[in-house]
Amino acid sequence: MSAEQSPKIVIVDESPIRAAILEEGLREAGFTQIVHIREMQSLLARIYAVDPDIILIDLENPSRDVLEAMFQVSRAVKRPIAMFVDQSDSSSIQASVEAGVSAYIVDGLRKERIKPILDLCVSRFNAFAKLQEELERTKSQLEDRKVIEKAKGILMKVKGLTEDEAYVLLRSTAMREKKKIGEIAQSIITASEMLK
Amino acid sequence: MTAPLRIGFIPLVDAAALIVAVDKGFAAAEGLEVELVREVSWSNVRDKLNIGLFDAAHLLAPVAIASSLGLGHVKVPIAAPFNLGINGNAITVSPALHAALMEEIDGDRFDPLATAKALARVVAKRRKAGADPLTFGMTFPFSTHNYQLRFWMAAAGVDPDEDVRLVVLPPPYMVDSLANGHVDAFCVGAPWNSIAVDLGIGHILHFVSDILAHAAEKVLALRQVWADKNPDVVASLVRAAVKAAEFIEHPENRTEAARSWRSRSGSASMPKSSSAPSRDASRFRRTAPFARAAATFWWDARKQGAPIRSRPPGSMRRWCAGGRRR
Repeated sequence: MSAEQSPKIVIVDESPIRAAILEEGLREAGFTQIVHIREMQSLLARIYAVDPDIILIDLENPSRDVLEAMFQVSRAVKRPIAMFVDQSDSSSIQASVEAGVSAYIVDGLRKERIKPILDLCVSRFNAFAKLQEELERTKSQLEDRKVIEKAKGILMKVKGLTEDEAYVLLRSTAMREKKKIGEIAQSIITASEMLK
Repeated sequence: MTAPLRIGFIPLVDAAALIVAVDKGFAAAEGLEVELVREVSWSNVRDKLNIGLFDAAHLLAPVAIASSLGLGHVKVPIAAPFNLGINGNAITVSPALHAALMEEIDGDRFDPLATAKALARVVAKRRKAGADPLTFGMTFPFSTHNYQLRFWMAAAGVDPDEDVRLVVLPPPYMVDSLANGHVDAFCVGAPWNSIAVDLGIGHILHFVSDILAHAAEKVLALRQVWADKNPDVVASLVRAAVKAAEFIEHPENRTEAARSWRSRSGSASMPKSSSAPSRDASRFRRTAPFARAAATFWWDARKQGAPIRSRPPGSMRRWCAGGRRR
């Protein structure tokens, strides 16, 4: 069986970036047969057309339930597919669910061949989540900076302060109220718009 | 006070008792701190409950049984101390299939046996004409929706495995799939049937309550091991859910319950065309009888040691067990 050389892996993921990160990792690890499915319409037909040994799907994907049907419906399936998870490997399941990825494996593929693939998925998914978090943080910092600039402008105009004084006022208020400086700035903007 | 309870749910109307229990303070009044976590698939809910990422979950009643038996997945015994709803599902068909059924019907179109017989004739005609088998969408292999569709069509001799295709579709994709012809019909819970009707792309053929009375739909699911260790928490959680169900039952509270449900369920799961809260409230009415009746039924059934589903007679039984093994 070809699975003894390089198993055919399908990645079901609507995020092209995450799928690319995962695919890259798998290729680096020597897996050559990888197909990315992005379109969820007629998902099972697409999967059967590829005839994979392993299917990887992200847990944000509602179509995971569609895959579950593979175990029940036997007519259209060329060979039985069983979930990787078995009773003895709960730490592996926990790690993958926490990372947000799930794997479905064709019956008969040896477990020791699957473990490294799943480990790789977990680390790549975690890496992607970290990237996304950083992006979000940077975005909100940028947003905060804009808001603070605007609030400073309002304080300078209304109270006749210098830029430094306006910033000090914002910061000391934030400290006193135990809030973020961005939140204080936002409430100044909101208030000034209401008072217009 | 220990760590907050994490409870997973799918944004369907029958999660309302859990949502209202948290949002209206019934859980807090029992000393429970609850974090509700919205999920996108039953597989996720099941897995996260099984491995302990969730303490409790809004779960399809058949998944609780399958999980306890280790069918299709890891065997994890599940306790279901509270029934979150009975019935609430409907079979919705495309306008084309509706027309074909009405052409074939002999008898009352509200009689499920008459429509099932009409379906048998439509299926036979299509086979003769060499047309593709009709495709029916349902929500999960171990779902009431799957069993109810099978129960209905098998009553008229339509073989659910041979004569039609049954496919799993996530509920938010049901309406689109019916509109673009990927399925000819589906069986799903609220609000998706009403949305298909509102959009003019589907006809509700039957409320499943017309086919099976008192079908357990979703349950409050807990790991048995966890429930055994935390009997007081379980009792508090059930009390909070009962109070929430009583709250929802009062007609004057429905708009508020609908608002709470809506904000927890996320607008992403709803087409824009059905955003009016009043219409959500009307969906709540349409899914009555609600959870308290269900809870009563559940306890009565437990006292009598009754099975969770009423059992279909004789030859239909094998189709109602979730697909034949080959």
